Formats: sequence, C-alpha cells, structure tokens
Amino acid sequence: MDDLLAARWQMAISLGFHILFASAGIAMPLMMCIAEWRWLRTRDETWLALAKNWSRGTAILFAIGAVSGTVLSFELGLLWPEFMRHAGPIIGMPFSLEGFAFFTEAIFLGIYLYGWNLVGPRAHVAAAAIIAVSGAASGLFVVAANGWMNTPAGFRLAAGNAVDVDPVAAMFNPAAMPEAVHMLLAAYAATGFIVAGVHAYVILRGDDAPFHRKALSTALLVGGIAAVLQPVSGDVLARFVAETQPVKLAAMEGQFETRRGAPLRIGGLPDVETRTTPYAIEVPGGLSLLAYGDPNAEVRGLGDVDPELWPNVRVVHLAFQVMVGCGLVLMLVTFWAAWLGWKRRLPGPRAFLRVLLAASPLGFLAIETGWTVTELGRQPWIIQGVMKTADAVTPMPGLIVPMITFIVLYMFLGGIALWLLAHQVAQTRGRGAEERRSCSNPN
Amino acid sequence: MLESELTAGILTVLALNLYVLLGGADYGGGVWDLLASGPRTQRQRDTIAHAIGPIWEANHVWLIVVVVVLFIAFPPAFAAIATALHVPLTLALLGIVLRGSAFTFRTYEFNRDLAQRRWGRMFAIASLITPVLLGVTVGALSSGRIRFLGTYFAAGFFETWLTRYSFLVGLFALALFAFLAAVYLTLEARDDPELQDDFRKRALAAAVATGVMALAVFLAAGEDAPLIRRGLLNRPWSWPLVLATTVSATGAAWALWSRRFQLARVLAAAQVTLILWGWALAQYPYLVAPDFTLANSKAPAVSLRLLALALLAGSLILMPALYYLFRVFKGEQFARRSGPRGA
Repeated sequence: MDDLLAARWQMAISLGFHILFASAGIAMPLMMCIAEWRWLRTRDETWLALAKNWSRGTAILFAIGAVSGTVLSFELGLLWPEFMRHAGPIIGMPFSLEGFAFFTEAIFLGIYLYGWNLVGPRAHVAAAAIIAVSGAASGLFVVAANGWMNTPAGFRLAAGNAVDVDPVAAMFNPAAMPEAVHMLLAAYAATGFIVAGVHAYVILRGDDAPFHRKALSTALLVGGIAAVLQPVSGDVLARFVAETQPVKLAAMEGQFETRRGAPLRIGGLPDVETRTTPYAIEVPGGLSLLAYGDPNAEVRGLGDVDPELWPNVRVVHLAFQVMVGCGLVLMLVTFWAAWLGWKRRLPGPRAFLRVLLAASPLGFLAIETGWTVTELGRQPWIIQGVMKTADAVTPMPGLIVPMITFIVLYMFLGGIALWLLAHQVAQTRGRGAEERRSCSNPN
Repeated sequence: MLESELTAGILTVLALNLYVLLGGADYGGGVWDLLASGPRTQRQRDTIAHAIGPIWEANHVWLIVVVVVLFIAFPPAFAAIATALHVPLTLALLGIVLRGSAFTFRTYEFNRDLAQRRWGRMFAIASLITPVLLGVTVGALSSGRIRFLGTYFAAGFFETWLTRYSFLVGLFALALFAFLAAVYLTLEARDDPELQDDFRKRALAAAVATGVMALAVFLAAGEDAPLIRRGLLNRPWSWPLVLATTVSATGAAWALWSRRFQLARVLAAAQVTLILWGWALAQYPYLVAPDFTLANSKAPAVSLRLLALALLAGSLILMPALYYLFRVFKGEQFARRSGPRGA
C-alpha cells in the first residue's frame, strides 16, 4: 500500500467513524429536548426518565464525537499539509464559526449532563435546545467547508497561487447549502431510526412499557420527518451535482457515454474496460429527467474526460445505489408508521416492529455510503479541478503505521461504546413490570 | 490593526493560554488520579472526576481554536508544523482520544470496580503522556532544527523533536499542568480539610517540580535552543518578565503554604500565563524557527481581518456561556473564602 492510499484510508476511516458520533450529537439533543419539554408540559415522569436515559447514551456518543473530531481537525494538516497551506485562509471562516458552535455545544452539554439538580427545569430544557441548535449549526459549517472542496469559490488562481481571496464567498460556495441540508436531514433520520429500532427491539422482547412507547414515537417523529424530506433534498443535490460535477454524476449513475435520454439505472455493475454498466434495471430517459427535468436532455458521460480523471466508478455507483435504496426504505417505513400513528395503533403490530428493527441501521449505512459518493466521487481531486489529492499529501513516509493504529483504536472505541450503550438499554428493560407494580401498589 | 499578523499571533497565544489554564488543568487532574494515594485515595479520585466532568469538553475546544486560528492565519507555518511534527502530534492525538473516551467510559461503566481498574487507569496514563507530547511539540518549534527549503521539508521526521530539550519542555508542561490542577483542587476540596491538605501538599510538590524543570529547560536551551535563551535574556522585556514570573511563582507557593487557596489559584494562573507569554515573546517573531515568521507566513489581509472579527463576534456568545458554565459548577468556590483565615 503506498503512502497516498494509506493517507486516504486513514482520512476515510477517521471521517467514517466521526460521522456516526457527530450525527448522534446533532440529533440526540433534539430528542432529549422534546422528551424533557413534554415532561414540563405533562408532568408525566416517564418523559423525564426518557430524557435522562437518552442523555446517558448521548454523553458517551458526544465524548467520542468530540475527540474523534479533534483528530480530524489535526489530520487535515497531518495528512494534507499542501491542501491546508492553500485552503486554510480561504475556507477558514466556517471552521472558526464551527469552533464557536462546538464550544456552545460542549458548554451546554456539560450543563445538561451534570446540572440536573443545579439549574432550574426551564434552564435545563433550554440547555438541550441550545445544544440541538448549535449542534446543527456546527454540522452546517463543517459541511459548508466540504462543499467548497466540491465547488471551490472565493479566489482566483494566478500562477498556481490563490489571489483575490474572499472567505465569505468561499463559505457560501454553491454546494454548501444543498450538501449541508442533506447531511443534517441524514443525521436526524439515521439517529431517529436507530433509536426507534432499539426501543422496537425492547418492545418485541416483551417489555411494552409506556417508556418505550413514548421513546419509539418520539424517535420516529424526528427520524420520520427527516426521512420523508430527504429524497427531496437528494433530488435537489443530484441536479446540482449534474451541473457542477458532471463526472461525479456520471460515476454515480454508471453513465459512460454522453447521450440524450439517458436512462436511470437501478443496480448494475459498471465495467470500466467495456465502458458499460450491465445487470442494471434501466428506466428509459429517467436520468435525463431527474437531472435536468427533461427526458431528452443530454447527460454528460465519463467518456468526455480522460480516464485519468475518473473516480473509482464501480464503488461510487454501488455506494450511490445503496444510499438511495436505504433512503427509500426509510421513507416507506415512515409512511407505514405515519399510517399506524394516524390510526393510533403505534407501536403497532409485531410485523411493523420487526421491519422497523431491520431497517433501523439503514440511515447510518446511507450516511457512510453517501460520504463515499461525495468524497470518492470527487477523486482524483481534493479541490475539484484545482488541486489533486496526490499533490496535497504529506511527504511523511510509512503512513500505513498511523493508518493501522487508528483502525485498531477506532475498532476498540466503537466496540466499547456499543457495549456500554447496550448495557444502558438493558437497564431500561423490565420497566413494564416495574410500572405495573407501581400502578397496582401505589406505595 | 485587525489584519496585522501581530494581532493574529496574539490571538493564537491567547487561545493557547486559555487551553493551558483550563484544558491543561484537566490533564493535571488525570495525573493526580494516577498518583492518588493514602487513606483518602478514593475521595481524591472522586473529587477530581467531579471537578473536571462537566467542563473538560468545553475546555478541550480551546485546542481546536488554536489549530483553526493557526491554519487560517499562518497556513504555511501550520503546514510546516503538521509535516515536521507528524509523529509527536499523532501520538498526542492518540493520548487525547484515549483520555477523553476513557474518562467518559469510567463515568458510565456500570461495574464500579472495573471502571476504575480499566478506564480510570487508562484515563490517568493518557493524561500523563499527552501533555509531555504537546510540550515536546512546542519545544521542537523553538529548536531551530525544523528546516524548510521553500515548501520542501529538509530535515528528518524524528531528529527535530527527539531531543533532550524537547523532552525537558514536555516534562515542564506536565509539571505546570499538574501544579495548576493541584492548586485548583484545593478549592474543589474546600469542605474536606483533610482532602484539601492532600491537594495542598501535592501542589507544593508540583511547585518545586515546576521550578526545577524551569531551570532545566533554561539550561538546556543554551545548547539546544539558543534562540529561546537569547529571547529570554536579551530583550527589553526580558528581565521584567522573568521577575514577574518569579514573584508570582514564589507568591503562589507562599499562598499555598499559608493556606490562602483563592490567592494561590490567582497566582498560579498568573505564573503559568507569564511562562507561556515569556516563551511566546522569546520566540517572537518566529512561529517555527528559523524559517517561518509571523510576517512571512501570514494569510491574506482579508482572511486575517475576518478571523479577528469572527473570534470577536464568537466571544460575545462564548464568554457569557462560559461564565454561566463556571458559575453553575464552580460558583461556590468564588462566593466563599476558604481556609482558616476565611471570611
């Protein structure tokens, strides 16, 4: 494995690990806030217990998110010093603002986790709201910076150097908003569904307590709204990619030739040798319609550019297919849940709970594959059309060593975190029996 | 003014200063967790966990601020540091990750015994090693061994920081963090005179250790980091600064000795702050000696101006929030006097 590949893997693993915890850090505070607010309104202690329970899980997830985010902020320089040397002053704005958003998150998380008896109930629920808002804001800022790598703006190149730097224009680069909205929705959908899945599991195991019913419906509300909005956001983003990164779009769709009336491919395995994508179900004119709103529009294929400038077409196409598939399943499950909710039958029949449980990790799978599309689809560029990834990498030799170290470290941390979370969940089991006892015996 | 490289440099050191005073003390807490001993071992550890639990994540953000300010304001210097000091920075990152995760794992581990044996130990050891590595990095910046020809790194990946001087700076940083933590902990333990005295003794020992390390670093600098040595001795601000540092160090030790813990905290913070600014002034105008100065690695004026504005505007939100955080969790320490001479 050469050093460039090792550096790319280390970055990919660091990002792929961090995004799990960062997403939970964005969405969990919203759910805690809803639960605690419901407690304030109804004085039903179950809501308070739920907020407290979720907060313990959030504490674990947030801490790992914070330290793995620190790793990323260093790795930008440790692995890609040439990139940072040029990009730092241009794209620094969202990073500095993100710093303050993260500060706010960390401060109010401290107050939330340790301040149950130190601040008033209204201040406490307000702390959750502040964490939720600042968490979303820090997500927006960071993704805006990533947007700049896809649609660089706010500078002009003169003899290989950036001049006329405009950090504000760089921050509001064209991809910033569509990408950031897509990621935020993904965070709510993925977290909402995984939490709903956990509580569905406990209910399936026979503990049908109000605690788990409330948890399930709150998580489904947050995850479901996001899951329904997500395809709309994805459609906007795909049109945008068609316009700004036609090579990435062509790789996503496995479209090798430039043609009018390009089909939408479902599945398929792109073959770079033959420049075809066999085994796909093709919807005639579908891609042209989705990308340009006209079934006869011309879609640029990979063949338009030198294969040296192609990303790994097979992986990008497959990752895109998986992401879209996951998103669609979550949307369908949401419709089912909405119908059950409308009929006041949540948590619903066992069949629904089983499907929900099976679908619950798909949001995170979609996040991972979605980032694979974004990042791998941009290769060989680190800044689209401006700087190649190979030109940005550190001269440090032996990068396979830190890569393996971080793989081992993150596998270890991920395993421990899962184990502790599983134990937190296990402690909530038997709540049904407890509640029934306390009902029959008020003492 | 806002777009001058000096402003950006001052902002960098300011952020580092806050990281050292707040985040540094959290590492120090881990050191005292490792060294907890005697009949009150468990109470010592509980006090430390109670003290840093609600605030360590916020304190940690100052480090990210330092990194962000560096790469926005001085991108070539940031790239140079990240290239040359890849190894110690990566090791420090491992320490940062293990420290934070282990602390949280210990808090939420259901098996109390295992919590301490496994996670408490890991938290404490990572707290001990990380400051040394951060100090090693800082030491290497002053050594003059990190050489670049343009953007080409013209030195080795180990020889710039695997030096006696760098490791002495690392141990000096460790001693300072441990000192700060012990002093702060005397106030955390204000309701328990025995425990307070445990931390007082530790603070005094750490005060001696910082003095010894300061001297060792100064002596080693003569050979390994002549730039720092010259900066410490031959500038107009040299002697006033050395004097002020000595006075606050002696004052902090005296205040500890006579159990004036509030005063000791102020003087200890002043001492550490003066040491940090003394280093920064001695290093001035170099960021990475001798190839990167504030002037030759500054970002375009517009980036510097926007950075200063963003930091200013951010502080307007941040400072009230931080004040609130510390008032909620540390308010009582400020409201009441401590020690026998109290009220």
